[in-house]
Amino acid sequence: MLKKITVTVNGTQHVLEVEPRLLLVHMIRELLNLTGTHIGCDTTSCGACTILLDGKSVKSCTILAVQANGKSITTIEGLAPEGGPFTPLQEGFKENHGLHCGFCTPGMILRATELLAHNNNPTEEEIRWGISGNLCRCTGYNNIVKAILYAGAKMRGEALPSTEPEFV
Amino acid sequence: MIAQSFQYESPGTLAEAISMLHKYGEEAKILSGGHSLIPMMKLRLATPEWLIDINGIPGLAHIKKEGAVIKIGALTTEAEIEHSDLLKKHFPLFADVTKLIADPQVRNVATIGGNLAHGDAANDHPAVMLALNATVIATGSGGERSIPIDEFFHGFYMTALQHGEILTEIQIPVPPAGTGSAYHKLERKVGDYATAGVAVQLTLDSKGVCKAAGIGLTNVNPIPLRASRSEKALTGKPITDKTIAEAAKYAAEDCSPSSDLRGSEEYKRAMVAVLVKRMINKAAERARG
Repeated sequence: MLKKITVTVNGTQHVLEVEPRLLLVHMIRELLNLTGTHIGCDTTSCGACTILLDGKSVKSCTILAVQANGKSITTIEGLAPEGGPFTPLQEGFKENHGLHCGFCTPGMILRATELLAHNNNPTEEEIRWGISGNLCRCTGYNNIVKAILYAGAKMRGEALPSTEPEFV
Repeated sequence: MIAQSFQYESPGTLAEAISMLHKYGEEAKILSGGHSLIPMMKLRLATPEWLIDINGIPGLAHIKKEGAVIKIGALTTEAEIEHSDLLKKHFPLFADVTKLIADPQVRNVATIGGNLAHGDAANDHPAVMLALNATVIATGSGGERSIPIDEFFHGFYMTALQHGEILTEIQIPVPPAGTGSAYHKLERKVGDYATAGVAVQLTLDSKGVCKAAGIGLTNVNPIPLRASRSEKALTGKPITDKTIAEAAKYAAEDCSPSSDLRGSEEYKRAMVAVLVKRMINKAAERARG
């Protein structure tokens, strides 16, 4: 039996009829054609499907679309306006080579968005714990951590750290 | 992976949820955080015909102190526990355990009620609740029922909860001054189940004699295990290298781990001994302030 749900995605309200077993990530990608949210492991491990649900970072492969009824969703497409300025995190990833193949990037950025919303001055250790639910298989963590440190500095209005790429 | 088809209900009251459980019978499952249930449904290890989503029911997500008891609502998320100053003040082990449960995104959704009601000895809160002597509150059509944590776990995925009952609250006695607690689990990577995990709570008197000890073990026994002989080895005695070694030895002997990808039975017993030793030391250090 289809269920009628109302969700606000990146500021736009959608009324959808969905099967209860439809996963939120499939709703986002297949019904709304927002393919920036990726499916990596499909088993709650890799974090590629991370989105913000009422401001909290969650793995959309492990939430049913019906559970998002009445809630507000932000995906990678909703962070910066079309052609508009990047968010500090997006800029940080660009300036610091924080993305290699790019597959984990949307999830990393959404997760770090919540992290910095709570604490815009995290230590490197807090960042590493903070993104412990997101896997990067290019082993690019060092530059991802640098990108998040950069975004924090930008949000605090402080001098930006060096963006020299790190080779390891 | 896509779950088998099911019907979905999201009742607004506890009474409504309980009557739905009676109406739909054994084929109905409760959905709280869903981070154990939904993965099982995607793998078709669980194929409920009805999901009763209790997230819309008000009054089930709280952390409060009432007299000598801390009450945690079943829908309280791991992230809410992680950031609760009230809990961390009385039970420093919550800061240890929440950081080790899954990962930040999962902790934003997963609930303490679900962690316990799932009845899995690999989960972390069962051992914690054994160490803290918690009581589980179940609500059914006949009202509320208190279940001591020692009577709650019955077997693999089996608990004292009857069909038609919903775990609604966890109650933990506020310990006296001079109490400290600690938790650690050995895990291969973030988000893994414990190779072995140990929760300890100790109350020491002014001379350093142990007045009360609670020790729970994670994922080294078919059901969550209280290390009773280890507790007795400490109670009424000063915390010394000798009593600690005795407690560690008993825990390693009394658990029943199975050999798997996380390690052999022998290795797990050895790790239980190491962790019991370390967590007693850490809890005692915290108890001394």
